Amino acid sequence: MTERTISMVEALREGLREEMGRDERVVLLGDDIGSAGGIFTATMGLREEFGGGRVWDMPLAENGVVGVGIGAAIGGLRPVAEVQFADFLLSAMSQIVNEAAKLRYRSLGQWSCPIVIRAPYGAGLAGGPDHSQSVETLFAHIPGLKVVAPSTPADTKGLIKASIRDEDPVIFLEQKSLYHQRYGVVSDDEDYVIPLGRAIVRREGKDVSVITYGAMVFESLFAAEMLQREQIDLEIIDIRTLQPLDIDTIGESVSKTNKAIVFHEDTRFSGIGAEIAATIGEELFEFLDGPVIRLGAPFAPIPAKPSLEKEIIPNAAALANAVRRLSRY
Amino acid sequence: MQDVAAEAHIHRLQESFNALNYSAEETLDVYGLMLLARLTDEYLADLRTKGLMTGGVSCKGHEAIQVVCARELVVGTDYTLPYYRDLALVIAMGMPLYDIFLNHLGSEADPNSGGRMRPAHWSSRKLGIVSSSGVAATHILHAAGIAFAAQIRQSSAITAAFFGEGATSEGDFHEALNFAGIHRVGALFICENNGVALSTPQSRQMKVKHVVDRASAYGVHGMLVDGSNVFAAAAAIRDAATRARSGGGPVLLEAIIPSQMRMREQPDIYDPVYGLRAFLLQSGKLTEAADTEMRETFTQKIEDAYKLALSADKAGIFAVQDYVYADNPAVNVQEHLQTETSFNIEETLQHD
Repeated sequence: MTERTISMVEALREGLREEMGRDERVVLLGDDIGSAGGIFTATMGLREEFGGGRVWDMPLAENGVVGVGIGAAIGGLRPVAEVQFADFLLSAMSQIVNEAAKLRYRSLGQWSCPIVIRAPYGAGLAGGPDHSQSVETLFAHIPGLKVVAPSTPADTKGLIKASIRDEDPVIFLEQKSLYHQRYGVVSDDEDYVIPLGRAIVRREGKDVSVITYGAMVFESLFAAEMLQREQIDLEIIDIRTLQPLDIDTIGESVSKTNKAIVFHEDTRFSGIGAEIAATIGEELFEFLDGPVIRLGAPFAPIPAKPSLEKEIIPNAAALANAVRRLSRY
Repeated sequence: MQDVAAEAHIHRLQESFNALNYSAEETLDVYGLMLLARLTDEYLADLRTKGLMTGGVSCKGHEAIQVVCARELVVGTDYTLPYYRDLALVIAMGMPLYDIFLNHLGSEADPNSGGRMRPAHWSSRKLGIVSSSGVAATHILHAAGIAFAAQIRQSSAITAAFFGEGATSEGDFHEALNFAGIHRVGALFICENNGVALSTPQSRQMKVKHVVDRASAYGVHGMLVDGSNVFAAAAAIRDAATRARSGGGPVLLEAIIPSQMRMREQPDIYDPVYGLRAFLLQSGKLTEAADTEMRETFTQKIEDAYKLALSADKAGIFAVQDYVYADNPAVNVQEHLQTETSFNIEETLQHD
């Protein structure tokens, strides 16, 4: 067993490759994932390695990719469907919400749908209103689905492997600006699997808990460095999966720091932060020194022009300001 | 004129029968299943009229195509994806009448979905009947995917999806047939065209005369059959299944189902059950006495099944969150419902 420093997309590819090698039922479906290797290179080389029978280029219809994938899962395979942008998952909403999520429930477990639906999400690459959205909470709201949003290469690999081995449909969301920019140390142990539903303390601290995920994890770490000079010690929780949500880890942190900020690039209104903040308010009220602050994007689409995009996505400076505000309590 | 038309219909049935090579026993089996479905359908309709039951959809007029399709599908190997109008199909596949009444009563003891779905959304792992939702056409894509999986697994299993012509307006229909055509998967797409989607006539749904006119656009083999002629339907579905099973690719088979009005006004020409009965009587394959006896036996079975279902008090079997995820089924379904419902992937893979 060795450990190497690789990029997030390389870690993803490694996870896919290992699971394909481990289980011949694992097949990949998606647009341009074969010889093209996927628009973000997630599946590069896999068709060459495993053959055309394992990596399938699909007609350009996201609903068809997902619907065929659901059928393939019913038919005994372990499909991993790639949709090129999470925004296009919306074209497959009925298949995901009415079918994949409910198949086990409505058939009393006679039928199930072990599919992974992968898609890049989020801002940072100037994709504009229909290539930059954070859709994770739409899916976290649906009973029957699991929703994963890793932030590091190691987590990406461990969580994609866990998702493929999972018996239920998993929406696996990859923050696209991290693919080629975020490097980390990754294990090549074939059974390096991170169970779904477990948050991780990304940085230990004693003053304020920041509950976050995805690209905002790194803004949080940056803010923590800035605030250290002001003698404010941040604890950063990376939830990693939105459904199921690890309330225990959040609770442990908040009951220690007595201050909580939820922080994501999704809209502040009805983002997963609202759910987390409400739960903290209900269950940890007596521990709180101040209000639970939600930090997210303003209620507007994501513009394409990089300077405008920067303006709408929250960052370390915005978080630092919120922390300073909360620290006064 | 009516008699001439009726005679002509019997003549068509005779010609189709001659081409089919059904034995006397097979013929009576098919009639029996169609009749059982018809009587069950009427019994359910009666319960609805009396306010004793809500929900469910009539299969009246659809019996022939559904029963002959069921006969071509191999339980334990093939996959069947019905829609809500497929009562005769699931009866012919072997779903017990008791389960059908539990389903229509919305009972928690219903092995299809334990009261979680509205009536007529069928599911039986044992019979290869894949759970269907209440959303039109989504299952057509699943059929393409299941057939695709069978092809990858080098299985001889075929997959049959059933739907009305209304569902063919959905994008899922297009995506499914397009994909199935590309990969030549072993899928049967059975369109039961009764000419009206809820209230909207076919003329407001599509410009083409027949749904099957679209088959060539997908590179899919198309077949058109008269849903009132059970023998023609049987021959067509046999050919379609053989083609799909032997790697010949998918088939879009459209069965023309008579309108309820036509069936009422000219049952001897349009009603598949009535027409078959007339043919069997005239050709000496069935006597009035045998027919009456069959009806009485079936009626009794239906009555018994309904009463048994009514008395099955199984409230509180499932907690609301059971089977939302794999890790929260709190009860053993098999134990409670006395039906084989376990999901075993190995078994599935070893079917053939």
